[in-house]
Amino acid sequence: MLISKQKPFEEIMGYLNGESKVFLVGCRGCAEGWESGGEKEIIEMKRRLEESGKIVTGYALVDMLCDKALAALKLKNYKKKIDEADSILVFTDGAGVQVVSELVKKMVHPGCNTVSSGGGHAEWKGAERCMECGNCVLEYTGGLCPISRCSKHLLNGPCGGSQGKKCEVDPEIPCVWHLIYERLKELGRLEKMEKIVPPKDWSVSLVAGPPVKRF
Amino acid sequence: MKTRSNLERVLEGGNFAVTAEIGPPQSADPEVIRKKAKVLSGYVDAFNVTDGQTAVVRMASWAACLIGKEYGIDPIVQMTCRDRNRIALQMDILGIAALGINNVLCLTGDHQKFGNHPQAKGVYDVDSVQLIKIVKDMRDERKFQNGEPISYEPRLFIGAAENPFADPFEFRVLRLKKKIEAGADFIQTQIVYNVEKFKEWMGRIRDLGLHERVKILAGVAPIKSVGAAKYMKTKIPGMDVPDEIITRLQGVPKDQVPKEGIRICVDIINQLKEIKGVSGVHIMAIEWEETVPEIVQAAGLYPRPKF
Repeated sequence: MLISKQKPFEEIMGYLNGESKVFLVGCRGCAEGWESGGEKEIIEMKRRLEESGKIVTGYALVDMLCDKALAALKLKNYKKKIDEADSILVFTDGAGVQVVSELVKKMVHPGCNTVSSGGGHAEWKGAERCMECGNCVLEYTGGLCPISRCSKHLLNGPCGGSQGKKCEVDPEIPCVWHLIYERLKELGRLEKMEKIVPPKDWSVSLVAGPPVKRF
Repeated sequence: MKTRSNLERVLEGGNFAVTAEIGPPQSADPEVIRKKAKVLSGYVDAFNVTDGQTAVVRMASWAACLIGKEYGIDPIVQMTCRDRNRIALQMDILGIAALGINNVLCLTGDHQKFGNHPQAKGVYDVDSVQLIKIVKDMRDERKFQNGEPISYEPRLFIGAAENPFADPFEFRVLRLKKKIEAGADFIQTQIVYNVEKFKEWMGRIRDLGLHERVKILAGVAPIKSVGAAKYMKTKIPGMDVPDEIITRLQGVPKDQVPKEGIRICVDIINQLKEIKGVSGVHIMAIEWEETVPEIVQAAGLYPRPKF
């Protein structure tokens, strides 16, 4: 069970700066269980966004958003509404956000922070990884995770060892920052990478925070 | 002048600066540093001491800098984010400033995997861009990273690194811009062997006017042997050694290869001097520091400005 919590509404509104139309995606799996991105929360979010002047072109709920095949099937039905939107706002754990950004050629914003993957790393079958850092940064990176996929957890772009799209640590590992650069360039959102991302709050992470997480 | 750094004074005076790198020993022997610093004295405006380069345990950069300072050269402490979190980094910043060190080079650091303790846990609490900003805020805003005030600020001339030969090439210029915006005063680049590619990078730097906002010191290094050239070309991440360098070294008798390596280095410096926006060179003759005076003289960069 992946445990996620909604980000503060003000933070989400900040992500939508300069955008007027948004499509919402929630998950009927863990996010519904933890009340961070089930149907009830998505409808409530739609109301709040509209109240704040945003146009919600529609919303979709996927049974298991972390399952790429399932998510692709479901989201296909919403193609028109997704096309109309400037961006997608996803309410689930980090893996689900990464899945949506793989599937949709649009800016994807994370609506939640992943607090814990409930000890489920080992059995995880998808390619997307979430390290339960508790303060999702996928907003800055076009939906590709630098915490789980960069050897140095960098937040401000690739280090000097990125060559030929590969990580200096292992030629088998793609340099995620190279992928992030290409994704943001394709989306016309390279300004995300030009912004200085401040030091991360690791106190909310299972990696560096207290050994026992209270929810 | 932001600081008492000799390097800052040289650069502000519009001089073409020369810095060099010292590799500290894998021991507590101060004589190793003394010997190397003595060689550099009078030939460089400042010297760097690496901070656990390639993640190998060596004498601390700040300690070796203090020893080298005995010879009247301005030290540049290198500081990586690999081994220190934001608490340790800020403590060291205060400490080196209190010891009379005027320059710091902020780096992410080579991954621990490459070193002699690959089992170590890497820290990477902050990255190099964030570290630059932390030092800048400590100096100019008199604030710690958490926003708390500092009564006596560390006055450090802030350096950063950039690798024009890493990928994605187009982002390398924007990354430098980020480092300038974070607070970098000077840049020391990765070793330049591919001068044409470096020129292209500098062209993009000038297009954005970045050369007017930061002092760029191009990295250079003499090559001792054909084997070393090949090793750098294939094994060191982020290095670009064109085939013509290797061919040139192969074209001389074996005992003449080191001399040829030095000549190539001097030729490259002479080409770099002609590039608009290049404010100096940083000579990285690791474990071959004794060649630095010869290189500086042959490149017409001697004597160094005195104040």
